[in-house]
Amino acid sequence: MERMTRAEPLIELDGVSKWFGAFQVLRGVNLRVAEGERIVICGPSGSGKSTLIRCINRLEEHQEGRVVFAGRELGADTTDLAQVRREIGMVFQEFNLFPHLTVLENCMLGPTRVLGMTPADARGRAMEFLDRVRIPEQAGKHPGQLSGGQQQRAAIARSLCMRPRVMLFDEPTSALDPVMIKEVLDVMNDLAQSGMTMIVVTHEMGFARTVADRVAYMDEGSIIECLPPDRFFANPADDRTKRFLSQILSH
Amino acid sequence: MDGPVARSHEASEVRRNVRWWNAGWFDVLQFTVFVAALLGLLVSGAVGMGYNWQWYRVPEYLVQIVEGELLWGPLARGLLVTLELTGWSVLITLAIGLAAALLRLSDSWSGRILAKAYLEAVRGTPLLIQIYLFYFVLGPILGLDRFWVGVVALSVFEGAFAGEAIRAGILSVRRGQWEAGASLGLTRFDLYRSVILPQAVPLMLPPLTGIVISLIRNSAIVSVIAVFDLTTEARNIIAETFLSFEIWITVAAIYLTFTVALSVVANRLEQHVRA
Repeated sequence: MERMTRAEPLIELDGVSKWFGAFQVLRGVNLRVAEGERIVICGPSGSGKSTLIRCINRLEEHQEGRVVFAGRELGADTTDLAQVRREIGMVFQEFNLFPHLTVLENCMLGPTRVLGMTPADARGRAMEFLDRVRIPEQAGKHPGQLSGGQQQRAAIARSLCMRPRVMLFDEPTSALDPVMIKEVLDVMNDLAQSGMTMIVVTHEMGFARTVADRVAYMDEGSIIECLPPDRFFANPADDRTKRFLSQILSH
Repeated sequence: MDGPVARSHEASEVRRNVRWWNAGWFDVLQFTVFVAALLGLLVSGAVGMGYNWQWYRVPEYLVQIVEGELLWGPLARGLLVTLELTGWSVLITLAIGLAAALLRLSDSWSGRILAKAYLEAVRGTPLLIQIYLFYFVLGPILGLDRFWVGVVALSVFEGAFAGEAIRAGILSVRRGQWEAGASLGLTRFDLYRSVILPQAVPLMLPPLTGIVISLIRNSAIVSVIAVFDLTTEARNIIAETFLSFEIWITVAAIYLTFTVALSVVANRLEQHVRA
């Protein structure tokens, strides 16, 4: 199963569909993401962006099609789900830090419990990543004592401590004010420079323009188009994309 | 933060001055009058039926000093049994409650049905009948003596309610916490141990304390299977001495002492956890 050729994508979504009751959120979505690639997904709310990336680590279960991560198909019979999830970092809109633990302990939990690292090693790794997201001085505090931007960066550090092969971002800046948005986007920029594979659901078009290899536009459960940013912003093919861009860029 | 709190204090001071019937001393007076009336009624009733109060005989059933040696009376020995019974029951109740809650929340269909059936069975039958079932049916089969029949019966009964309290605490932890833990690749066990329970336990403490208090109270029912707990000892003393008023009042006061003390501890604990 470990057979991985260069041509094989790290993540492959093949005709993925999902319903919430009678409402179809995803309509046969296809997406291939290569190792090291950075994808930004945008689109109106309710278009299925979040659901789509949550299918990649199976926080949401798809009902049709295939979700394949690093050659392993995720389905109802996936027994090593925890094994797959440790390789997929996830950053949430609401940060979801563990409020009863300090920032440092938040970052150490996965490495000690899941990767079996010693507390000393896990601490070293946690401080390394807290340094990278520029909040090493917050390590001993509890999440409630941090600003939103600091919390989100702590959450990014927590995910990075697992040394994941891909990072998923689910509207990471939507709950933040402009100053904090910049702090978080700077960290994400650095991360992109380091070669991390990233899938980012966001409305930050500046970020998409400078960081993304491809920008995907989603509407009503489908990816309408998925293009490199220069072409995506200059001449999108679909009218819905044009309309969305004119709305979002006019602000 | 100081301003509004201080202001509201001032406001309530003002209100207290204006409405004299809201004042603290009036509360105390009301309470005193009420208790006095109740006691008066009791005493006059007892006098009316010609009851011969013999409070001086009560202490010997608690503790006696014979030739300089301290001897525990039957009530003290009964209290010890009651506390022992309650102590074991608390442990087993929590274990059963946790298991029932986790089963209810599990992905296993049969586990959920089992936990639900247990809850309904316990809630739908009288505790007295459950005690008899354990004593006459399960006790002999499992080879349990009376004390342990009492412990198990009480634990099975209260475990159902503890399960609901634990489940409610677990469910009140935000969904994002589960998702964040799962995304790190934590196993279900580690997720519960390191993420969910540490946040849920403080929320469970108040209802669980209520369950411990109810365990102390309900432990009296083991007297029907002749476990020598506080209540059984009281009944035996009364059968010999006819001191029914004095002994029952004393026994009620003993139970009350423990339950009230526990309530106070629980309140402190709750405030400590919230802070």
